[in-house]
Amino acid sequence: MKKQVTLGEQLRQRGISRRTFLKLCAVATSAMALPPAMIPRVAAALDKAVRPSVIWLSFQECTGCTESLTRSHAPTLESLIFDSISLDYHHTLQAASGTAAEAARDKAIKDFYGKYLLIVDGSIPTKDDGVYSTIAGRTNIDMLKEAADGAVAVVAVGTCASFGGIPYANPNPTGAVPVSELVTDKPIINVSGCPPIPVVITGVLAHYLTFGEIPALDSFGRPLAFFGESIHDRCYRRPFYDQGKFAKSFDDEGARSGWCLFELGCKGPTTHNACATKKWNGGVSFPIESGHPCIGCSEPNFWDGGGFYKALSTTTRPLANWTGAAVVTGAAVGAAAGVAAKRKRSAAKRAHHTVTADELKKKEEA
Amino acid sequence: MTAEALLAWARGPGMQIALAVFFLGITVRIVEMLLIGRAPDLAAPRKSGVAAGWRTVFHRSLPTPGMLKRSPLVFVGGYIFHLGFLIVLVLSVPHIELFHGVWGIRWPGLPRSLIDLAAILSIGAMVALLVHRLVDPVRRFLSRSGDYFAWTVTFLPLITGYFATHHMLLPYTQMLAVHILSIELLLIVLPFTKLIHTFTLFLSRWYNGAIAGRKGVAS
Repeated sequence: MKKQVTLGEQLRQRGISRRTFLKLCAVATSAMALPPAMIPRVAAALDKAVRPSVIWLSFQECTGCTESLTRSHAPTLESLIFDSISLDYHHTLQAASGTAAEAARDKAIKDFYGKYLLIVDGSIPTKDDGVYSTIAGRTNIDMLKEAADGAVAVVAVGTCASFGGIPYANPNPTGAVPVSELVTDKPIINVSGCPPIPVVITGVLAHYLTFGEIPALDSFGRPLAFFGESIHDRCYRRPFYDQGKFAKSFDDEGARSGWCLFELGCKGPTTHNACATKKWNGGVSFPIESGHPCIGCSEPNFWDGGGFYKALSTTTRPLANWTGAAVVTGAAVGAAAGVAAKRKRSAAKRAHHTVTADELKKKEEA
Repeated sequence: MTAEALLAWARGPGMQIALAVFFLGITVRIVEMLLIGRAPDLAAPRKSGVAAGWRTVFHRSLPTPGMLKRSPLVFVGGYIFHLGFLIVLVLSVPHIELFHGVWGIRWPGLPRSLIDLAAILSIGAMVALLVHRLVDPVRRFLSRSGDYFAWTVTFLPLITGYFATHHMLLPYTQMLAVHILSIELLLIVLPFTKLIHTFTLFLSRWYNGAIAGRKGVAS
C-alpha cells in the first residue's frame, strides 16, 4: 500500500500557504451551499484527509469531461485538489499503458477494496453483449461491474455517464445506458453536464472528504448544491425575459444588446446546473454570456430535446402538414356527415304524413 | 416517466395528436353545419341579409343596453375572462413562438408583467363566474356536467401557465409539461363540447343577422 499522505501535507508540499488553503476551503464551502460557520470544519477535515483512492473509468465518451477537469488555462485550486487525490487508474491520463495499466487498476481495486471512489465518464454500451466498447479485451459492462463492487460510491461524471448522453440519443445504435442502470447497489452521484463544471466535481470530492458521506442529491442523483436551481433562475439576462425583450436572431439589435435568448431556443428554464453562477474558464463567462442559448446539456435526453434552436414553448415536430391533413380529412368527413344529415332530413320529410282535423276525429271515433 | 420525458412527449407527439384532433373536429363540425344550412326563406327579401349578417357578427360582441344592470357579474366577469384569455393566448411571447413554430408567422408580444396581469384577472373572473354559477339557484339549476367540464378544461391551461411562469407548486419542467398537456386536453375536447362556440358564434350570429336583415328588422 502507498504511504498515507494527508491532503494538507500534499498541498503544503506544493507550496500552498495556509491562507490560500483556507481560501480554497471558503470557496468549497460556499460552492457546496454550506454556511460560513462550516469553513473551519471543512478546513480541518480536508487538512487531515488521507488522499482518497480514486479509480477513473472512461467508457463511451469524448474525453471532454477529463479535458474540462484537467485542462484549466492556469493551475487552479480545483486542479490542485484534483491532483491531490490518489488517482490510481485513469487510462487517458496515466503514463502506464497496456498490461501495466490494467495491473494498476487491479491493484488499486484490491488494495483499497470497499474504500475507493469510482469515477466514471462515458455511457456503457449493452447491445450485442457490450462489444461496441472494450478495453484490453474486456467489455465496459464487465469492467464497470468489477470496479463498482469494491467502490464506496460511484461518481458519474458527465451527461453520458449520468443519463446516457450523446451515445444514448435516438437511435442509440450501441444500446448505451448510464451508470445508474447497471450499478444499483451503490450510492451514485451524477455530475451531469457536457462537460460538467470543474468546481462541481471538486466540490463533491471536498464534501465527501469533509463529511465522509455523499452530498444531498436531487431526483436525478445530482448534488443539490450545484443543480438545485435552473440556469434561467440565475441568468443575468433574466430581466430581459421578464420585460419581453428577446433576440430574434444571432446578429440583430436584441442579440447585440444582450437580450434574452429564449426565442433562439434557450433551454435555461428547464436546465439545472451552476453555469450561471460558477461560470466557465475560471469564472470568465458561460454560454449565454457569450451570446449562445443554453442547450440543456446537464439534463437527461438533451440531445433528443427537439432542436437546440427551437424555443422551449414550441413543438418539436413539424405540424403544418399535420394540421393541413387534418383540415382536409375534416372537410371530407364533415361533407359526408352533412350530406347524410340532409338525406335524413329529406327522408323524414317524405315519410311525413299530413293529418287533417277531420281525419283525427274519424280516428278517435273509430 | 420523468418530467423531461413527459415534456418531450407533450411538445412532440402529444401536440401532434391534439392539433390533428382539434383541426379535424373543428372542420368536421363547421363543414357539416354549413352543408345542413337553413331552410330556404321563400318570402321576397326586403333587402340583402349579407351586410346585416356581418354587422351582427361584430355587434353582438358589444354589451347590450341594460345588461350591466341585469347581471353585472356575468357582464364584467365575462368580458374580463374572454379578453384576458385572448391576451394571454395571443400576446404572450412563448405562445407567439409556438404559432411561429407551427405556421411561420410572428408578431410583437407583451412584457410578462402585463401578461401576468391579464392572467390573474382572467383567473379571478373565472373563479367568480363559477361561484356565481354555484350560488345562484337559477344558474345552478340550468348547469349541467358539461358546463363544469368546459370551465375546468379552460381553467387548467390558465392556472398551470401562471404556476409554470412563477415556479409555483411544481418544478418548472413538470409544470410546463402539465401546462402543455392541459392545452392539449383543451384542444382535443373543444370541437366536441360547447366550447366550440369559439368558432360557431360567428356562424350563428351571421345567420341571425342575415335572417333579420332579409326581413328588414334589427337583429
